[in-house]
Amino acid sequence: MERVAIIGCSMTQFGQREGWIQDLLAEAGLECLEDAGVDADDVEHLYVSNMASGEFEGQTGVMNGLAHDIGAIPAYTQRIDQTSSSGGAGIYAAWQSVASGASEMTLLVGGEKMTHRTTGESTDVIASITHPAEYKTGVTLPSFAGMTARHYLERFDAPRESLAKVAVKNHRNGVDNPHAQFQKEVDLETVLESPIVADPLRLYDFCPITDGSAALMLCPESVAEEYADDYVVISGIDGATDTHVVHEREDPTVMGGVVESGKGAYEMSGRDPEDIDVAELHDMFTILEFLQMEGLGFAEQGEAWKLVEEGYTERDSGELPINTSGGLKSKGHPLGASGVAQGVEIYEQLVGEAGQRQVEADVGLCCNVGGFGNCVITTIMEAAQ
Amino acid sequence: MTMEATRYDDGTISYPGHPRSRNGAEPVETIDLSEHTAEVVTWTTSMATPPGVREPNHLAIVEFDIGDAVDDGEESVRALVQLTTGDVETGDDVRPVYAEELREPGAGIREPESQDWGGYRFEPV
Repeated sequence: MERVAIIGCSMTQFGQREGWIQDLLAEAGLECLEDAGVDADDVEHLYVSNMASGEFEGQTGVMNGLAHDIGAIPAYTQRIDQTSSSGGAGIYAAWQSVASGASEMTLLVGGEKMTHRTTGESTDVIASITHPAEYKTGVTLPSFAGMTARHYLERFDAPRESLAKVAVKNHRNGVDNPHAQFQKEVDLETVLESPIVADPLRLYDFCPITDGSAALMLCPESVAEEYADDYVVISGIDGATDTHVVHEREDPTVMGGVVESGKGAYEMSGRDPEDIDVAELHDMFTILEFLQMEGLGFAEQGEAWKLVEEGYTERDSGELPINTSGGLKSKGHPLGASGVAQGVEIYEQLVGEAGQRQVEADVGLCCNVGGFGNCVITTIMEAAQ
Repeated sequence: MTMEATRYDDGTISYPGHPRSRNGAEPVETIDLSEHTAEVVTWTTSMATPPGVREPNHLAIVEFDIGDAVDDGEESVRALVQLTTGDVETGDDVRPVYAEELREPGAGIREPESQDWGGYRFEPV
């Protein structure tokens, strides 16, 4: 099986955008073609990560539309929906297409258009992942985060401020990301005094609702050398699923999909948690950064908050910078784009194109979470040697 | 109206029920949780609710001790429920109170005919 390389990327401005889903996908797709130096008619497979363009906008068939808009016909196209982990699932699908030999040039574009809907409507679309027994209670994903955060803080005697410090860190990182929705620092007091959304979590513990798109270009490593001097290889990738009904999990603070997909990615790459130099985690809610740090082996269970308090995850001084992009928290969370945008950040870090956000890194990891840990993709990337 | 958990051939119990247990075993009986009290495992008050949902919405994961209803296997089961009040603490005991509709059918994205909407809210004992 040939190693799969990433030779180019792009990311649109995240935030409130005037364009609709087809406009956003085309913008990122065309920029990625240019960045990689690939002609559209050389694209053999085209994947679109998107959760809910039908529900949000009444537009389906977005993969067909994108192939037409960027001149990639007759490439094979497929839309990938795995809720919030659609982007990571798209990386997995694109990796499979190249690793299997089915495609020698695969373009992955993730995107979502959400901000034309009210917060309540968007929340309801996202919560439609839930089982009927959950849905009728009116539960939202932020509500799951509130319940999990309370359990974590009480069980592990963690201070409330430790969650707020995740938000402060990721907002600080987002200041240096020109594509982030919020390029603005927040202080601890602002986070802790912001309006309650799902007690004990407050407004700044949550990511915003966002429009945006991101893209990656994948090909066999033997082909990559024709296009780029610096590129990245996907050395490990795996996906896993946890229970559909969240309260049926044995331990509310363990996300089985994170643990299992992480194990698979580490095994494929031959890497351990200690080998990871930089990571993008799915901080849709601040508590998720703790749960992923523990599930991926960066911290023992119940100990991630201590590492955050110690500055271990800080971009400029920490041993393991987490969410150098600003994370979903400040960069924004256009559902289908987020997992792809995580890959964009790790790619840029590994090829030395992260600008003010640059850290020293040869091995990076991204973890993309769908639902409340229902589906998870973990990807390990390495700078080509 | 009942609130039925399912016990499976491998001794496991789940609420809601599924065609097979998490280990693949077949269902053997149901247990009506509305006849039991439960303990609050964790809770939240949601201040940003979707269309057709009360605001604020008090929610909890609760655990039922149903050892008196089973002969062997698991003796407890958890459920996500609405609470009647946000004035609770972890570890409190709560009991079910019937509600005809927990949220307004048709106000949200889900097809109203696709599921039932009645159930129980839980109040402190």
